[in-house]
Amino acid sequence: MAAITMNELVKEFPGGVRAVDGLSMTIEDGEFFALLGPSGCGKTTLLRTIAGLESASEGRLSIGERDVTDLPPGERRVAMVFQDYALFPHMNVAENISYPLKIQKVTRRDRYAKAEDVGEGLALDGLMDRRPGQLSGGQQQRVALARAVASNPTVFLFDEPLSNLDARLRLEARTFLKRLQRELGITTVFVTHDQAEALALADRLAVMRDGKILQIGSPRDVFTSPASTFVASFIGSTPMNLRPGVVRGDAVSVAGASVPLPTSSVGSVREGQDVVWGARPEYLRWSPEQVDGGIKGTVTVTENLGASVLVSLEVGETFVQFIVDEDDEPAPGTEGWVVAKPERTLLFDAESEQLIGAAAKDPAVSPA
Amino acid sequence: MTTTIEQASTHPRAESMAFARAALGRIGRYVFLGFVIVFFALPVLWLVTAPFDRAPALRLSFPSFTLRNFETLLDNPYALRSLGNSLIISLGTMALVLILAALASYALSRVRIPGRDTLLYMLLLLSSIVTGTAAMVPTFVLITELRLIDTHLAVVLVMAGGLLPAAIFILKDFMDNTPKSYEESARVYGASPLQILRHVVVPIARPGLATIAVWSVVQVWGNFLVPFILLRSPENFPAAVIMFTFYTEGGQPNLALISAFSLLFSIPVVLLYLFVSRRYGFRFYGGIKS
Amino acid sequence: MPTTSPTELQPQGPTSPGGPLRRRGTADDAAGLGRSRASAFVAPALVMIGIFLVFPALWTLYLGVTNWRLTGAAAADPEFVGLDNYLDALTDDRFLNSLYLTVIFVFFSAIAGQMVIGFTIAWVLRLSSKRIRPAVEMLVLIAWILPASVIAWLWLALLDRRSGTLNTILGTEGTAWLLEYPMQSIIAFNIFNGTAFSMLLFGAALASIPPSQLETARMVGAGTWATLRDVVFPNIRGHVLTVMLLVTLWTFNVFTPFLLTAGGPNQQTEILPVFIYRLALQAGELGKGAAFSLIMILINLVIALVYLRVLRERRT
Repeated sequence: MAAITMNELVKEFPGGVRAVDGLSMTIEDGEFFALLGPSGCGKTTLLRTIAGLESASEGRLSIGERDVTDLPPGERRVAMVFQDYALFPHMNVAENISYPLKIQKVTRRDRYAKAEDVGEGLALDGLMDRRPGQLSGGQQQRVALARAVASNPTVFLFDEPLSNLDARLRLEARTFLKRLQRELGITTVFVTHDQAEALALADRLAVMRDGKILQIGSPRDVFTSPASTFVASFIGSTPMNLRPGVVRGDAVSVAGASVPLPTSSVGSVREGQDVVWGARPEYLRWSPEQVDGGIKGTVTVTENLGASVLVSLEVGETFVQFIVDEDDEPAPGTEGWVVAKPERTLLFDAESEQLIGAAAKDPAVSPA
Repeated sequence: MTTTIEQASTHPRAESMAFARAALGRIGRYVFLGFVIVFFALPVLWLVTAPFDRAPALRLSFPSFTLRNFETLLDNPYALRSLGNSLIISLGTMALVLILAALASYALSRVRIPGRDTLLYMLLLLSSIVTGTAAMVPTFVLITELRLIDTHLAVVLVMAGGLLPAAIFILKDFMDNTPKSYEESARVYGASPLQILRHVVVPIARPGLATIAVWSVVQVWGNFLVPFILLRSPENFPAAVIMFTFYTEGGQPNLALISAFSLLFSIPVVLLYLFVSRRYGFRFYGGIKS
Repeated sequence: MPTTSPTELQPQGPTSPGGPLRRRGTADDAAGLGRSRASAFVAPALVMIGIFLVFPALWTLYLGVTNWRLTGAAAADPEFVGLDNYLDALTDDRFLNSLYLTVIFVFFSAIAGQMVIGFTIAWVLRLSSKRIRPAVEMLVLIAWILPASVIAWLWLALLDRRSGTLNTILGTEGTAWLLEYPMQSIIAFNIFNGTAFSMLLFGAALASIPPSQLETARMVGAGTWATLRDVVFPNIRGHVLTVMLLVTLWTFNVFTPFLLTAGGPNQQTEILPVFIYRLALQAGELGKGAAFSLIMILINLVIALVYLRVLRERRT
């Protein structure tokens, strides 16, 4: 049982900077949990505070059933994998992997046996005598993982685990990491600035900004119901179209057109409310002929994404982007309409930038 | 040589003038280097020829080869002993500087102690202006009052005190450039601070520590002034001081002894320099004389 | 998945959201040393430095205002003499002579000698082949690495009147260089000893000049002097100042000429370090010697402060 619970956790640095600003949330036992956000949002500081490398200024933290707020890192039974892996260059792979067990005073024979065991499970057999300098990036990462596994922790903490790998390797490592966590079933918290990575790996994720949590939810929740315009623009490989509009009856006047009110916001708006209308490029359908509730514009730029194309549509003074199949690519200069299903569009309040309609998923989220 | 620019004329005279200028430049360079080589090599040539000469003279001459001169070292009661003394105070100072500087520089690098940066710069400034020469009088009086005159301990302590600021500065810079993730990793896995130092910090800091160790030895090995003013008995003199007595003690200097002794005395530092420059390259840290 | 509710944390103690900042006892540094242990690590070094570097420097102030001597009545019971030592210094011929000699020595040996020669060597070697350059550098460096006593003896051998190599080469048999040209001798000796430092620093400085600038000068047809004037010196101005100050500081404090001439003949080469030694430790005038030492320290301080100022300006 190793859930992580924090209550009004604060980390303030000298000078008054609050890197972690009053966070309360629970990470469930066995969850693969992502801390996602732009650089400087406090995600690494939060991770280090869970590890004990930073001591919390206020609030409390518990791992499993124990309150660890005042415990030094060595007594929290967590394992941390750093961005640069921190493999000790003067020890070979076996010595590196068995190091935590050495501290735990396991006998020499036992800890090397365990190291062999774990190493095998991570495809490292045959490399046990090598020094870290003689290993490839992917191998180094697996050694760091092996060391973490061998230490028998209740929680895994990963700081940007994949960012030191080159792009191709990163995708392989992603799948590998997810499978490993599922097999081991150990609560894992990882930090990343790459939203695609977070969405792919996490069971649940927290989007952070300036030391606060903006939203906690499953990848699907965060993708389909982002709590604010910031989250909406941060999540998703192509940025969501966010355009100012006004509520008129049961439609929204935006980009010179009248589009139907998004399903999720029906009943939660008032007439004349200033809003921000959001639609993902993936959910906009292109039509050369007029459609009801569509937005009309002229194609300006097309960007080839491989099997699909990102098209920019000039609409009056602004533009809207949508994605089509490679076979349906319209030529620049073509006039046409884009339309989206009301179930797939969103409305945000223009002033508060908050999502209109969908309720917050987790009662422990502190308001942004 | 054709050009399309009018100024770089195809006039034969201008061409040959440019050629002559280049040639003169070249000759000038070689002549200068020649002088440099002669200036710096001449005194040193004696050092490598005279010890092996059967009849060593002050004048540089081709040696009639013998190793007999090195026997004189055994005849003189102080010669070999002084080399031992040099070793003692060099290694003693090295050990003291290494341990104290390593501890201090690690703490200063990793822990936010108030006034840390000012302290470092003050110390560095201090050690630059309070040189062995400028402090010879108060140092002498201090050691006399401490009743440590004529002891190796005094020399070690004084030299260590002078070398520590620079050593700490260099090592701290080295530690600053070493990532903290190694120590943090060990800490998360439960290692105590002492274990972290032993298992992680010291092994990783080895290049920096080796540099400081060699640097300390080199500084002390050839140092004349400090042992000269603090030591009295010839038995305690290190090689630098005893050698001075070989040639100033009236009468004819024993050339066989002096030449052999000079060579032996010089070899360790030359070897150390070669070792360091091969491994780490000759580096200067903020102009500190290494 | 079962969850632990936040309420389980309550009994452990009151949470204080928005309350006063509570500092935990655990350490925040990489290895978990904490402030007190870190201070304990630094303390021994500071004590050493304090006793053997700081204290002597401060004690000079005290000693300089006494008439302490090595032997005799004033040794057992030194008296406070105020600024007498310093006032005497202003009219002390020997001191003024020494100061004058030191200035000459530093100027010719450090600035005109080591710096100019060091720079020229570094400049010329840039263009030299891969075999010549390391050989020459090694030669110059050996002069710096060899122990001072050895180098002094090598020069004694070189300059000897009867059998010195220099006389043989120049054909000036019978010239007692150390007696007839003592200042020149120690200046040459010090240049021999110290040039390596300038050479290396200037070598690094020259290497830091963007090659594109040098190549531009070449394309325009600039000769050596023009290149030096327009490209090299503007780029390494800061380095020149740095080297000058460091070399000056070192040469000003160097004691090794003592090994060659011991200040003689007749105090003709009695630079300050030698003067202080002879006065304080040979003649035993510790009080006076301390006063002059303080003057030395102050001069060092001025040089060092100018150096720091130059460094700070370079950094901005």
